[in-house]
Amino acid sequence: MTTKLMGTKVQRVEDDRLVRGTGRYVDDVAPDALHVAVLRSPHAHARILSIDVEAVLDIEGVHAVWTYEDLDGAMAEPLPLLIPHPTLTHGRTQYALAKDEVNYVGEAIAMVVADNRYLAEDALASIVVDYELLPAVVGIETARAAERLVHDDVPGNVAARMEQSNGDAAAAIAAAPHTLSLDLAIERSACMPMEGRGVVAKWDADNGRLQVWSSTQTSTGVRAAVAAKLGLDLLKVDVITPDVGGGFGVKINHPWPEEVLVPLAAMRLGRPVKFTEDRREHFISSAHERAQLHHVEVGFDDDGRVLGLDVRFWHDHGAYTPYGLIVPIITSTQLLGPYKPGAYHVQFDSLYTNTVIVTPYRGAGRPQGCFVMERTMDAIAASLGKDRAEVRAVNFIQPDEFPYDHGLIFQDGRELEYDSGDYPAMLTKIKDLVGWDEFEQFRAEMAGQGRRVGIGLACYVEGTGVGPYEGAHVHIETSGKVKVATGLTSQGQGHQTAFAQIVADELGVRFEDVEVTTGDTRRMPYAVGTFASRAAVMSGSAIHKAAKKAKEKALRIAAEALEADVEDLEIADGVVSVRGTDASIPLGTVAVLSNPLRYAFDEASKAATQFSVGDPGKPPVAEGDEPGLEGKDFYSPPRSTFASGMHAVIVETDPDTCEIKILKYAVVHDCGHLINPMIVEGQIHGGVAQGVGGALYERMAYDESGQLLNASFMDFLMPYVTEVPTSIDIDHLETPSPLNPLGIKGAGEAGVIPGSAAFAAAIEDAERLSITAMPISPSELFALRQAASTNAGETP
Amino acid sequence: MKPAPFDYVRPGSLGEALQALAGHAEAKVLAGGQSLVPLLSMRLAAPAVLVDINALPDLDHVRVDAAGVRIGALARHARVLADPDVARVQPLVTQALANVAHATIRNRGTTVGSLVHADAAAEMPMILRLLEGSVDVVGPSGRRTIAAEDLYVGPLESSLHHDEIAVEAFFPALPANTGVAFAEIARRHGDYAMVGVAAVVTVEGDQITSAKAGYLSVSDVPVVVDLTETLQQGGDPGETALALLEPETDIHATAEYRAHLVRVLTARVLTAAVENAQERV
Amino acid sequence: MTEKTHELRLTVNGVTHELTVPARRLLSDALRHDLGLTGTHVGCEHGVCGACTVLVDGKPMRSCLMFAVSAVDVEITTVEGLAHQDGSLGPVQQAFRECHGLQCGFCTPGFLTTITAGIEENPDPTEDEARDMIAGNLCRCTGYQNIVKAVCRAAELKAQGADR
Repeated sequence: MTTKLMGTKVQRVEDDRLVRGTGRYVDDVAPDALHVAVLRSPHAHARILSIDVEAVLDIEGVHAVWTYEDLDGAMAEPLPLLIPHPTLTHGRTQYALAKDEVNYVGEAIAMVVADNRYLAEDALASIVVDYELLPAVVGIETARAAERLVHDDVPGNVAARMEQSNGDAAAAIAAAPHTLSLDLAIERSACMPMEGRGVVAKWDADNGRLQVWSSTQTSTGVRAAVAAKLGLDLLKVDVITPDVGGGFGVKINHPWPEEVLVPLAAMRLGRPVKFTEDRREHFISSAHERAQLHHVEVGFDDDGRVLGLDVRFWHDHGAYTPYGLIVPIITSTQLLGPYKPGAYHVQFDSLYTNTVIVTPYRGAGRPQGCFVMERTMDAIAASLGKDRAEVRAVNFIQPDEFPYDHGLIFQDGRELEYDSGDYPAMLTKIKDLVGWDEFEQFRAEMAGQGRRVGIGLACYVEGTGVGPYEGAHVHIETSGKVKVATGLTSQGQGHQTAFAQIVADELGVRFEDVEVTTGDTRRMPYAVGTFASRAAVMSGSAIHKAAKKAKEKALRIAAEALEADVEDLEIADGVVSVRGTDASIPLGTVAVLSNPLRYAFDEASKAATQFSVGDPGKPPVAEGDEPGLEGKDFYSPPRSTFASGMHAVIVETDPDTCEIKILKYAVVHDCGHLINPMIVEGQIHGGVAQGVGGALYERMAYDESGQLLNASFMDFLMPYVTEVPTSIDIDHLETPSPLNPLGIKGAGEAGVIPGSAAFAAAIEDAERLSITAMPISPSELFALRQAASTNAGETP
Repeated sequence: MKPAPFDYVRPGSLGEALQALAGHAEAKVLAGGQSLVPLLSMRLAAPAVLVDINALPDLDHVRVDAAGVRIGALARHARVLADPDVARVQPLVTQALANVAHATIRNRGTTVGSLVHADAAAEMPMILRLLEGSVDVVGPSGRRTIAAEDLYVGPLESSLHHDEIAVEAFFPALPANTGVAFAEIARRHGDYAMVGVAAVVTVEGDQITSAKAGYLSVSDVPVVVDLTETLQQGGDPGETALALLEPETDIHATAEYRAHLVRVLTARVLTAAVENAQERV
Repeated sequence: MTEKTHELRLTVNGVTHELTVPARRLLSDALRHDLGLTGTHVGCEHGVCGACTVLVDGKPMRSCLMFAVSAVDVEITTVEGLAHQDGSLGPVQQAFRECHGLQCGFCTPGFLTTITAGIEENPDPTEDEARDMIAGNLCRCTGYQNIVKAVCRAAELKAQGADR
């Protein structure tokens, strides 16, 4: 009997190659490739008056140097605006190589192809560009003031203004017994995967095919973009996503300039060409996220129940809008979290600045939304003198209220309707896990030692598993091995393992016999991509369905071969048998029988000769049937699943140095049924660490002229082991989703979402100072203490 | 991020190394390279020639005697840090070294290299100044000893001539009745400190007869402040120090916060150094 | 003008390779692109992330902060050299697998080499010592929780297999 693998901590199949150093990342393929280096704008805002590449052409080892002038056809058009929206009235995207104007430090201007990266970088130094400098727009306040414009034809620097309501929030607030207003800010950060972007292309002139490897979160997206930009038939382009060294969102945007320039160079030069982004480039030419300013008006009753909530916010999307309004739309909808305000109104402006573009970073607008909502909850509790957990509890959607419709439209264009959850149970769990009710005693003990501690709590709901669809192909070979393909890509989530668990369970084959391929358009050309915590839900469900189809066919053929009823068959360890008898047939043999060949090749074929299937009076492949033992299916849900979680943190702040230390971090998490708890917990760990980074360390420090001052790992402070909690206490709650066959919800982004909210609450609790902007550094905490003591001094 | 081209020599003797340096005004010495190579890769520096001294004989020594600690140009931080005799004779060297970057960097980086890189945010130049140590350099006109107070002339600038090679550093031994302490606050463990302070205090009974503190990251060059009088007169040592320091605002800390840390850390290291001195009576 | 090159020998994982490179060739690039040992990864090229860490005479060093020309006369060990002679996983590799100490795997080779040297020096680390051991390596996926566990587990496995 095969043991059920769903829900068990199966060790990852990916690891063997990765710990041996035999994984294949994009820079590892095509060792004979020519290398690309890109000249990037040193100015945040400038007109390009002229570019002189003359000197480059004489450099030995240089094969090509291109500027915008060298592009034609679709390549000379702006890059696509991937996700248009009716309210995105002034969307703008950049050119693959800048045309006439640059709008951020790092924007691609020219490209050199050389024997190696060293020579290519040498050549960049010989390109002479004449710029006319324009004033830069940096920061939300500057963009909002609109005294100068990023794009001449975008008034007010406003790309989009969007508004949604459920009920009459203004009236509800006006009528409420209590009101508060808050201004809340979150700064820029970035995904910062350990591997930057990268792309390799080979033009196969013999076959007229283009092969592209990209470190992307969507190989099908890149494929379509490359075909469109280069004017190739889609079927002439293959895109392969090899091992990817982390994504966290930044690799979902596509095509990056290099993703179309490198294939074009490979075709024009007839040689393999490679671009490997370096760390400085990643800082200034990939994407950032998070910067938003928010103004909240809230009305509530004596219990802290929110009667009306009105949120106005401003989103800094950088110089262009290739990824549309996904991030602010998510903030505007997901800030509601597990709560049900009496009425809600939200409005945001998405603003241009002369900085790197903004596309989703793990959490994608939710950390900001969670920060806004949870700070509001804490402020309500403080104003009423109530326990912060109690105020949350009175606002929760109750377990019997699912499905719960918020009356809003979500990022996928569907209703914001929560599928399932149990927030009161979750609150009980997190309070127990962190020791919420015992905290005052702990605080007193610590105060006795001259130490200052605080506790914070933050709750969130995360729309996961958004559509439109994913597909899967399951192929049982005559060896009995099962080859599975799904189109979305992997960046460390252990998909090869988790998906193999699903297949092994459904088909009744050994886990070791299942091999999963992701992100290879040759194997599965229909796919969307890996983002929005959707892979497990979407591809997991598709794989489950495809495996089920393969199984149905296997059982149908086996029943014929074994002269038994399908209902009497079972599959275990890759063998179909008739329950209660010795009669059996290996799946590999069924695979042979499924394909009525004229020729026999192997032992499996010989073994199959003992069985007889098919009606001699009918065609060997019956009408409506296909040769081969395969299953292919797609999963396309009506709307997203909604995972949820609550984090609590205890911090200590140093009364002298303002250093902030994490004493305890607790997580309760509900992503429905778990496929592999080990992988889910790993995702939470990583998310929490990024949450710590976002709350206490990481920010993009732009100066007024638009120079990024900390474009290195020296100064962009990603946490080392010494900055993360020494342990993360995790408890799970499993409220299955009714929307998919496995009852799963996504888990990828969860860990990061409530970080800033929870830390702000804990620091506020320790310091008795209002925390309204994150991240916060010791230096900033010092400034807050100074301001508070100055104010206290002035108050009689 | 790849270095610009350079010529490279790997001399087998000090004489050859000096010759290579003498021939090129834009030559740079490569020892551990842990500060130099990132500058090259970012193309913030592009020397015409790198003179790799890693093959030079007899320069990787750490010699300890009653007078103090002598560290050869090729002795890696890790080796100095792990030497129990160094910790015994001049514990401040060991305490400070433990704060130099991360262990992997210390495996390659050299203490002498760090001293002549002359970074006012680095630990060892300040320690050399505070302990009144020196660096021996060899050049075309022979060997000379540069006292620490003459070594640091500007931001990232030492008084070494471009044709000289630092061959040895000397940290004097810690006298009896004298204690030391070191403290720094960095954004992340292993980062350059926002402020670092070290103290050397000598006591006679309950009396402080000498107290000095060294500061990093709050001035262009490593600064040492004599706090003896302030302490003897019951003054505020942090304020005395701040009068000689120039804390600045950067992306990690404001000038005000740095000044605050100067006060806090000065008090902390003085207390610790006094305790340490009393233990060593 | 053609750039001057240097002929040199690098000893990597017990094998001596001859190669001809310009002086500015970083050791990380020489390993990856000249010797095809792509297990060593490059994450920042300014010595901060630790992904490129290799062992130089048994000590962890950043291969992006060394030039290949300067890495002669030493024994270099990369991640490809950490498995046992018989091809089975070495203790640190095995521990990472068991403890889910990796996700995307990009930083992993730098951790594996660092920890290999670390447990050689300290065969029985506490959790605090384990954290100290890996304090100079960045990982963006795991939050380090399981890497710390893997350090302790690796030490255990190494002790068990000491007779190997």
